[in-house]
Amino acid sequence: MNGAEFLLFILMLSVFLGFELINKVPATLHTPLMSGANAISGITVVGAVALAGAGDPTTSKILGAAAVGLAMINVVGGYMVTDRMLGFFKKKEG
Amino acid sequence: MDTASIIAFGYVIASGLFIFGLKLLGSPATARKGNMISAVGMLIAVCVALLDQGIVDYTWIAGGMIAGGLIGAIAARVVAMTSMPEMVALFNGFGGAASLLVGWAALTPDSSTFTLITIVLSILIGGVTLTGSLVAYGKLSEVLGSGAVNFSGQQIVNSLVILGVVAGAVLFCMNPADPTFLYVVIGLALLFGVMAVIPIGGADMPVVISLLNSYSGLAACAAGFAINNNVLIVAGSLVGASGIILTQIMCKAMNRSLSNVLFSGFASVSNEVTEIDGEVKPISADDAYYILEAATNVAIVPGYGMAVAQAQHVVKELTELMEANGAEVNFGIHPVAGRMPGHMNVLLAEADVPYDQLLEMDEINPRMANVDVAIIIGANDVVNPAAREVESSPIYGMPVINVSDARTVLVLKRSMASGFAGIENPLFYKENTRMIFGDAKETLGHLVREFGD
Repeated sequence: MNGAEFLLFILMLSVFLGFELINKVPATLHTPLMSGANAISGITVVGAVALAGAGDPTTSKILGAAAVGLAMINVVGGYMVTDRMLGFFKKKEG
Repeated sequence: MDTASIIAFGYVIASGLFIFGLKLLGSPATARKGNMISAVGMLIAVCVALLDQGIVDYTWIAGGMIAGGLIGAIAARVVAMTSMPEMVALFNGFGGAASLLVGWAALTPDSSTFTLITIVLSILIGGVTLTGSLVAYGKLSEVLGSGAVNFSGQQIVNSLVILGVVAGAVLFCMNPADPTFLYVVIGLALLFGVMAVIPIGGADMPVVISLLNSYSGLAACAAGFAINNNVLIVAGSLVGASGIILTQIMCKAMNRSLSNVLFSGFASVSNEVTEIDGEVKPISADDAYYILEAATNVAIVPGYGMAVAQAQHVVKELTELMEANGAEVNFGIHPVAGRMPGHMNVLLAEADVPYDQLLEMDEINPRMANVDVAIIIGANDVVNPAAREVESSPIYGMPVINVSDARTVLVLKRSMASGFAGIENPLFYKENTRMIFGDAKETLGHLVREFGD
């Protein structure tokens, strides 16, 4: 299997997995789920660091550094705000 | 073990943690832990990514990380729970922008056609996510008007933009060395994001936010193909799938198809005036107190108006007083109440209302006949009986909370102006409905004081 086919294979499996995972989430958690998922979409930062770490300051390096910054806002902000929200959710005592 | 295997292994662990974290996010008891686990996965992914042999200079990476991390941390700390929808929209937009930039930066003179296509996709989806989210942010935070923007020839303009994007994308893939087409695609993708969101009104925002959330995942996924990175594909498609499911749930809750939400505002559907019998019966907060004091079963139905009036804390106070008075109090939450999925639940959770007191529409409707008083706080369309009774109504068929089955309905409302969708609400004219006009927070505060005496 060459690169592209392998990646498509991964894509197919993850999409099905995603549907299975999220289908059962109760409505009360929809906002945290959305912002938590949002934080995960900041995974682009992983791709951006390699581009931002290039030796010469080329266009690609500048774009990569900007992407690192933007994705980090998404990641750090997303996880922290989700945690803050989930901290509010309490079960009735007794 | 060489560095490349360590990186690959780290990505496998990170992907596993994302999946496990999302699984735990599915139950209120474990959700916080799930978010934490997913964050650990992200930390591992970022750490192993830094080991990449291609990285020779860490200064720019550090700069981007510190700047982005600080901005994100501060924003997450200071944002009010009522502004959560616009915050999520904004974060979403940044994620989309990052994917656009990564796709763009991944372009090399010797990229294969497959890579070129995925680069175009990540630029397209990322660009639409960026500007679409920014417009959504503007509408939600009222920086822009929250209404739908329609102009004549809109469909034609949109079709031209789409044609332009497709043409630009094809030309770019055929001449990757010429940056002109790349810029055309970027520009049109950004324009298309704006055009796609401006015709959608504020009440439909739950659908738009869910969809943009999905796009930000798909953009990351496309960027993963562009740079040949499987953790981006796994994480991106998980997010993409979750956004699509939420979008579906929101559409179902409004009894509208996705294309109906995206391409037509409510305004174009209805101009006809429905005849409504009966009259509006306003009462004072004092009179409302006597009704509530006698009630043993109360259902509270909140809507966006509760968020606007910041009334969630005083609602909780009133709930406690009524419970101390011997009443059973539940909340009925409509799936599209508010401006994002689960918006009301977060606000009430912030005000310390336990989540098992928040009932979904399907749970509260069968109980409604036993409810003495249903209190509607800043909700309108989600309790509109026209959805069940008036076939000509634009919202006919939308599942609503059947508050008129309760013995008495108290509606807290600013004025008689119709809801966001601009549809008359026959609920206000029903025999068992009483209106309390004024600011919801003040009215509730008044009731709390009466109970206190």
